[in-house]
Amino acid sequence: MSTSQTNETWYAVVARVLKANKVTLVAYVPDNVLAPLIKLIHADPDFTVVCPAREEEAVAIVAGAYMGGRRGIALMQTSGFATIPNALASLICPYEIPLLMMISERGTLGDFQKGQAIVCRTMRPVLQSLGIEHFAIQDMGQLEFVVDSMIKQAFATQAPAAMILSPLLTKRVAA
Amino acid sequence: MSDVKAQSGRNEASVMNRSVMTQLLVDKLKSGEAVIGGIGNSNFDLWASGQRPQNFYMLGSMGLATPIALGVALAQPQRKVFALDGDGSILMQLGALGTVAAEVSKNLAIIIWDNGLYQITGSQKTLTSAGADLVAIAKGAGIAQSYWAFDQAHFESLIERALVEDGPWFIAVRIDAEKPAGVTERDPVKIRLNFMQGLGAKP
Repeated sequence: MSTSQTNETWYAVVARVLKANKVTLVAYVPDNVLAPLIKLIHADPDFTVVCPAREEEAVAIVAGAYMGGRRGIALMQTSGFATIPNALASLICPYEIPLLMMISERGTLGDFQKGQAIVCRTMRPVLQSLGIEHFAIQDMGQLEFVVDSMIKQAFATQAPAAMILSPLLTKRVAA
Repeated sequence: MSDVKAQSGRNEASVMNRSVMTQLLVDKLKSGEAVIGGIGNSNFDLWASGQRPQNFYMLGSMGLATPIALGVALAQPQRKVFALDGDGSILMQLGALGTVAAEVSKNLAIIIWDNGLYQITGSQKTLTSAGADLVAIAKGAGIAQSYWAFDQAHFESLIERALVEDGPWFIAVRIDAEKPAGVTERDPVKIRLNFMQGLGAKP
């Protein structure tokens, strides 16, 4: 999908905004929806990419890098998010670490996997109960503003942020 | 390595004491090396060894000391980074060893205190008590420089190598079930800010 004005894809916008905010360390566990962003980031020498075995690891790597003075982001899908609440509750939140997360939203708006659909419903209650800022990005018109301002707020307030990529952004055919 | 001692397995390693070995390690750190103390006794003994500004005390998130250390090592490639963790903790996050190997983290050393017990929860047995060999696991994950510390002198020589030679390193130490020499002051934000100041970090 692309905007009519620039033909820039959602993943190109994300990569550009990450770089503009000096977020150059990316740790991810892969996902089909994130695949084009992952491919783009691997091909861009400005990014350092780490591929851990679990999402918890990605969270801790990005947290450690922040404490060492480098900005990073953890990419995951909804089922991956469901594996990290303890790391959020016992590391990220109490130490006030501005962990950036980008979560591709599976299990809604046409997903055919029942497990994805059920685990998806746990994501927002977990984010809300931990008091973590989150926003589901639904269209290209919102994308740059939301990603840019959530990154800036996270570092300014030393608080984690979850940028959720809705299927409305990543799957919907452009009108 | 041709050293017979270095090829020994868990059963051949002497049982040492975590507080003593932590102090030995810390006393060798002269260049602002970062140290990540894992949950429970690993960070309690790090705290008791003297509160260096480059120490981070991980009060929760069991299993994540090594990936935190990897993140610090990636952010500051010129600084040596040590992760100190227990056998029960690393058993929860064995994939992290593969990640460290894949990253070829030259400035990272992982030290594991192995007493075969979840000591802090009532000394229930961990898998190392049933025969899991963490050095064999680390080697299998791709960390070539993985060793059991055969005794105190061997531990010291391995640490001295880790301080000057490229890593990643995985050094496992069999320890007793003695209590730690102190308990960390539980103030997570203060811990993080002190650590970041100690590393001169301004993200």
